Amino acid sequence: MTGENTDQPKLRVKNATKVYQTRSGDLLAIDRCSVDIRAGEIVSIVGPSGCGKTTLLWSMSGLHGLTAGEVLLGGKPVTGPNPEIGMVFQEANLLPWRNLDANINFPFEIKGTRPDRVWIDELLNRVGLEGFGGRFPRELSGGMQQRAALVRALSYKPSVLLMDEPFGALDAFTREEMNRLVEEIWLDTPTTIVLITHSIEEAIFLSDRIVVLSSRPGRVANIYDVNFPRPRSLEIMSTKEVFDLTNAIKREIVGKQQSRFAQPAAVQPAAE
Amino acid sequence: MSETDAIPEFKGRAGAGGDVGITNMSALTSGPGIKSVREVLAILLVAVIIIGGTELLLNIFQVPQYVLPKPSEIAVALVTEFPLIAPHLGHTLVELFAGFAIGATVGLILAGVITQFPFAEKIVTPYILLLVTTPMLALVPLLILRFGFGYEPRIIAVALAAGPMVMINAATGFRRVDAGKIALARSYGASTFQIFWKVRAPMALPMIFVGLMVGSIFGLLTAVGAEMVGGGFGLGNRLTSYSSMIQMPQFFAVVLILSILGILIYVTFFLLGKKFASWEA
Repeated sequence: MTGENTDQPKLRVKNATKVYQTRSGDLLAIDRCSVDIRAGEIVSIVGPSGCGKTTLLWSMSGLHGLTAGEVLLGGKPVTGPNPEIGMVFQEANLLPWRNLDANINFPFEIKGTRPDRVWIDELLNRVGLEGFGGRFPRELSGGMQQRAALVRALSYKPSVLLMDEPFGALDAFTREEMNRLVEEIWLDTPTTIVLITHSIEEAIFLSDRIVVLSSRPGRVANIYDVNFPRPRSLEIMSTKEVFDLTNAIKREIVGKQQSRFAQPAAVQPAAE
Repeated sequence: MSETDAIPEFKGRAGAGGDVGITNMSALTSGPGIKSVREVLAILLVAVIIIGGTELLLNIFQVPQYVLPKPSEIAVALVTEFPLIAPHLGHTLVELFAGFAIGATVGLILAGVITQFPFAEKIVTPYILLLVTTPMLALVPLLILRFGFGYEPRIIAVALAAGPMVMINAATGFRRVDAGKIALARSYGASTFQIFWKVRAPMALPMIFVGLMVGSIFGLLTAVGAEMVGGGFGLGNRLTSYSSMIQMPQFFAVVLILSILGILIYVTFFLLGKKFASWEA
């Protein structure tokens, strides 16, 4: 497991509970979720659809308040958007009326600070987007858009990167490439990453730990340690250990759903 | 804030963000683009056939000029009468620009403000709808009673016709909430004001252009209509005047000028929209 072991976790989620008020009554999205995330760790959150993964992540980012419980970043409660936190959203979420350069400048415009061009150019270089600054999002492929979104999130050097199913819309090959890219950049920068994903493979490839949430209301069902050496290769992904871990996590997720829908035990549905 | 948070949802994953654009927003703005020289020639050919055919038929059947003037007579009238019509065109343009500027400005500001307050929006919307659907021409006799036969009643009527059109379209644009993009801005600590200028306004731009286009054309209709009701100047006044004198070629020359004016307005906003809001198309 990588990451410096300090006594205090970088990001601490304590009894996070969130109730949404909807037309059809109150909806308990997440219920007493507690996770400690150490500095420099990559932690994935997996779980069945609609289990409150995004809600949990948005609470960590300060975009949402919690109904009960709290989120602490370096010991201080997170009450609103925080400059130390970077977000990567579902889909690339680039602004279509701005070209790539203007999209990457967007955070700095909002914050009223000057972008570090040297750092941004280095990032663009690493993700292979140098020379694309004048292109508009519609002129870029899905993978390129998501890489641009990654550069935008890292451009202001956040210490925590929260990724909300960032590569869900990409094809399998582009996705693997993005995973390698994230690991590569993460190995070189002291960033703590929390990643929501639907892909257990992606979670295993990237994470130091995997948090499994139960179906709604989302509760922390289990936390798995993933102790493969880094940088991880695709060969690791075809080992027996990964296979067993994948199955264990699948069973964890599917098992919860089975109890909910009372499916016959003989049927073994594939996880999402 | 926790009590009023919306569930984070990303609608329309596949389509990605909106699917509303200047070129696909309404029947007014959509249409097949002209692509080749052949298509242009075909369009011109149709015009020649229609105009030439009319000329021919009117000649063959000896249709009197006061029933329907020949295209050639209209063309002659357009050239010879233009110096007399031009000042009236100027008056109509003044009314149109002044009224449209006032109406569009007020409409845009109201749309921007009102969409920030969902409750107020709900209360105001039916009244705006009333303004949109009521023909403002109906108010012109009243306005003339109050303001006389000058520019004022016409400018007010144009503003009343264009403003609600602009507002209702702009409001639709501002209401197009893309939760993801707003969350993105908020994650950088954006204020409500910043979110409005940097996310909502650019996102609303295609709809704003549609509003301006529809509003200006409604403005033109209302300006001409108001001129026909009363007052001694303007293209609408020429129409009533020429028709009362049974000067049909001149009458149709004015109609032709109005058509060209309408097309120019449409093309202007279409090109502006293409230039500044084509990112979705």
